[in-house]
Amino acid sequence: MAAMLEINGITVRYGAIEALHNVSMSVDEGDVVALIGANGAGKSTLLKAIVNQVSLQEGSISFKGEVVSTAEKHKKSVPTHLLSQRGIALVPEGRHVFADMTVEENLDMGAFLVKDPVAVAKKKEEMYDFFPILGARRKQKTRSLSGGEQQMMAIARALMSSPHLILLDEPGLGLAPLVVQDIFNKIHLINQQDKVTVFLVEQNARMALKASNKGYCLENGNIVLADSSDALLRNDKVRAAYLGE
Amino acid sequence: MTTLIQYLQYLVNGITLGSIYALIALGYTMVYGILKFINFAHGDILMVGAYTGLLTYTALLGESTNPVWMLTAFFIAMLVSMAFCAALGMFIERVAYKPLRNASRLAPLLSAIGVSFILSNGAAWIFGAQSRRFPYPFDNTPIVIAGLSITPHQILTVTVSVIMMVVLTLFVNKSRMGKAMRATSIDQATSELMGIDVNKIISMTFAIGSALAAVGGILSSFDFRVYASMGTMTGLKAFVAAVIGGIGNIQGAMLGGLILGVLESIGAPLLGIPSALRDTIAFAALIIILLVKPDGILGKNEREKV
Repeated sequence: MAAMLEINGITVRYGAIEALHNVSMSVDEGDVVALIGANGAGKSTLLKAIVNQVSLQEGSISFKGEVVSTAEKHKKSVPTHLLSQRGIALVPEGRHVFADMTVEENLDMGAFLVKDPVAVAKKKEEMYDFFPILGARRKQKTRSLSGGEQQMMAIARALMSSPHLILLDEPGLGLAPLVVQDIFNKIHLINQQDKVTVFLVEQNARMALKASNKGYCLENGNIVLADSSDALLRNDKVRAAYLGE
Repeated sequence: MTTLIQYLQYLVNGITLGSIYALIALGYTMVYGILKFINFAHGDILMVGAYTGLLTYTALLGESTNPVWMLTAFFIAMLVSMAFCAALGMFIERVAYKPLRNASRLAPLLSAIGVSFILSNGAAWIFGAQSRRFPYPFDNTPIVIAGLSITPHQILTVTVSVIMMVVLTLFVNKSRMGKAMRATSIDQATSELMGIDVNKIISMTFAIGSALAAVGGILSSFDFRVYASMGTMTGLKAFVAAVIGGIGNIQGAMLGGLILGVLESIGAPLLGIPSALRDTIAFAALIIILLVKPDGILGKNEREKV
């Protein structure tokens, strides 16, 4: 069976700087896959490439067997705004909530492509059950939420479109350890209960590898390691470079 | 107290003028909110709106003097003009601004100034340099209430403006597309991730702004007549109004428009400035606001939480 998300030898350059070099990886349906790497390794660029917010110089990306992004000029990549329709949702780094809009309006935006208001209302209630703090704050401007609450809001907003694959960019960034734990518990539930495939990008390697079943390690734009997460947690190189052991 | 009545009269006149500024300021502010770009051709859209309205109205009216038909024809002409300007606004965005979206910030600004010249010179070429009168579609005899004289034209202007602003506010806050417009003005890249087609939102923003400018153009042309360069000064003042209210902020544009209209109307007699110099009030107000509160009255001066 083909993987849900297949990245085939992609290269991304920003001017003279090569952010990603011949990167290949795959995410199978139902998995939680972690991508770990230091700051500036190219992790966010990889996620942006998947949603076509940066263009590829080489290679291609397929989702559910269809090419969604390609470096080939004569083939068109799928524009970002059409990807959520196909089942990909990205929770961007730094959350990027619509700060001047209420929690409820943010969730409405997550369900922008769902035309049926009854379905949207039902989905919102599900989110308020899943993240009770959002239910309590539904009429508040997102600006007034704490960092952890904003992160949950950003995840809930991504889930509003009922994605098959959710991409999470540094969900634990800048948050207190307890809050990070809480968020990773939610990610586990999203994967186990809602059967959403998860692709997780994290600097916090231990957290990410514990939460996933497969892991990749990105260094200076190159995939240097790929293995099961358990094996990576025991790998000497990973332990020295990322786990500080 | 004749002076009190006089000042109330200036206030009424100022609110009338201000609601026209507000309608036009909305177009500047909505486009700025999304593209961070000042559409300097916006003033000329109001001129096109005034001409379209005038031509449609006179064509519809023919020789008729039936008061009901006059008013009906006027509103039909307004709708036609709104539709025409909406289409024109979208077209201009498509050909003159969209190709420059990734260029330096100066490029679309220069393009806008070019479009402005094309529109005003084009109108001068087609319609000649002579200004035209927009006939009142009703008997404009003032109604006198307690010494205040209010013309039907003023009632029409304020009523139409308030309706437009209420509809716009509801649209932006309650409708799916309106919320998407706000989301796009906050964060374009994230809006795309939500499935929002940002190009469509930008087109829509130009359409709405231009349609409001058409209304502003028609309503202003009773007092100021219709001519090819009519959009220049009114457009500039509406832009000042948008800055005073806080550019990018919809409520700010409405408030800024009203404040500017009232300042212009009351300021000249209050400060003893000859009315020929009353345009200076708008620009003095601009300088003061830029010195005191550069983000405008309702502009936000907050940093993003990261």
